[in-house]
Amino acid sequence: MSTDFATLVQDDRVLTPMYTDESIFEEEMERIFKNTWVWVAHASDLPTGNTFKTSYVGRERVIVTRDKQGKIHTLLNRCRHRAATICEKRKGKASVFVCPYHGWSYDVDGGLRKVPHLAGYGEGLDQTELGLVSLRTEEYNGMIFATYRDDIEPLFDFLGSARKWIDLFMKQGGGYGVKTLGEHRFRFPGNWKIQLENTTDAYHFPIVHKTFLDSLDAESENVFDVLGQGGWVEDLGNGHSVMVMIPSLIDLDDNLDAPIPERFKELAAELVAEGLPDDQVRKVVRAVGGSGFNLNLFPNIACSMAFFRVLRPVEVDETEITHVAIGMDGGPVPANRMRLRLHEHFQGPMGFGTPDDAEGWERVQRGANAGEDLWIMVNRGVDAPEGVAAPGHNAGDVSAETGMRAAYQMWKRMMTA
Amino acid sequence: MSTLAEPLNPAEAMAAPSLQYAIQFVWAEADILDRLDYKAWLPLWTADGRYVIPTERGLAAYDDSLNIVNDGAEMRQARVKRLLSGFSMSSAPPARTVRTVSRFVPVTVDDNAITLRAAMILVEYKYERMRTLAGDVVYRIVATEDGLRLDQKVVTLVNCDDYQHGIGYLL
Repeated sequence: MSTDFATLVQDDRVLTPMYTDESIFEEEMERIFKNTWVWVAHASDLPTGNTFKTSYVGRERVIVTRDKQGKIHTLLNRCRHRAATICEKRKGKASVFVCPYHGWSYDVDGGLRKVPHLAGYGEGLDQTELGLVSLRTEEYNGMIFATYRDDIEPLFDFLGSARKWIDLFMKQGGGYGVKTLGEHRFRFPGNWKIQLENTTDAYHFPIVHKTFLDSLDAESENVFDVLGQGGWVEDLGNGHSVMVMIPSLIDLDDNLDAPIPERFKELAAELVAEGLPDDQVRKVVRAVGGSGFNLNLFPNIACSMAFFRVLRPVEVDETEITHVAIGMDGGPVPANRMRLRLHEHFQGPMGFGTPDDAEGWERVQRGANAGEDLWIMVNRGVDAPEGVAAPGHNAGDVSAETGMRAAYQMWKRMMTA
Repeated sequence: MSTLAEPLNPAEAMAAPSLQYAIQFVWAEADILDRLDYKAWLPLWTADGRYVIPTERGLAAYDDSLNIVNDGAEMRQARVKRLLSGFSMSSAPPARTVRTVSRFVPVTVDDNAITLRAAMILVEYKYERMRTLAGDVVYRIVATEDGLRLDQKVVTLVNCDDYQHGIGYLL
């Protein structure tokens, strides 16, 4: 590999082969996805002991498990005998994983439990060496990440300034805690970084999502006027960034006395009828619509207003996106129903937003097949409003491409390390 | 009789549609969707009709699960408005589609309604590429004085719990 990765990324632009060159993609899978914290699950995907969820770290299949003691493990989904996957379910309960090929069985923590017809190995099988490969796994506020590297910084430090925003995002649990409710998966024929950029791109919103905006009542349409509310984009370090589109919805515990918006009035009435006290009704109603910002965590997860957006690189020109709907764990049924309907309204392969995003990203990939020597421009932005960003953080106005520049600088750091 | 345009006479409106009429209605609906004649599609529904595309197979109730589509009348209307607006890049233009619906099985017959299930195969074409979508569809079709109406349509794609690509038209 002779590419000088540093030449592909300047401060305000990146070169077209970043989207199209297969050899760069292969290097990314090694240098980035095998060298940093990659999001694999939310804690509510593993609600009790002996539960699991299958996931990916980069292109590699993993099983995320919670053992009976509550400890979370990320295990390569590959039998240590002859490599068959040992689990093909999305999620569920299991106290043991049995390989369907020759019957090797593994404990929830990955340890090799039993090998059929062991005598055939004579004395030659050290079972303690043949557990499922276990990746280092850490959790912050319900967000579970895994890494191949035992020697990189703890997740807590890797997230750094992003932690504050994760904590704010999780307030949409409305006091009940956040729970995953279901997911939309879709793919687009384009490079993963096109999607990485998009979560921190407010500039496209009024153009691409005009038909979503047109489908809202006037009051909600004003709320989603994302360019007109004094928001900003802030570089949080390590490739992470936050894009605040609706500053009044940063902290969902604030302004609980404000009038209930028209579109939530019916829900509020239902909650009152269920006997919920007024302060709790207000808290739930304010949480139902989600947060007013997108938190982009490098390289594969975003906490995007009211859902998690997970990206998975498949090929240089194929990316899978999962939009995970979230709600209130044990919260009022009508509130979670409304969250599901709001999610369906924008997200998913037939939502009022997602198909247009996907089409836009595909158009980027198609266009990038021309002009190999041309730059992708991420130079947009003027100063952020005074005093909104944390001191010392690089920040720009809401439609600035500051978050993309942050991600690409992290890309450069990792690819040239 | 035309299953779409003509009102039923009072005797017909009282009785459950025959399987034959119901199948004609389903074919006519499929034809409307392939021709993107969405304005003609909206009046095919009853006021409480539900249009559902789930993300899981075998669900009994859809409202407490995440669906790809779970539309009542208001959302159907908004969806059609969006698809016809010209401002949604995934549907302006949309993929071309050709679909067939077959393998009809009557499930239940009520007083004035028939529920049937069927197989749908749809091929879409856009950007030099063809994709095939397949699904099981359940239709509940009621006889009214204004003609047959869709009361429920549930399209369960064969890979509903796996990834899709963007879909800029109606299933």
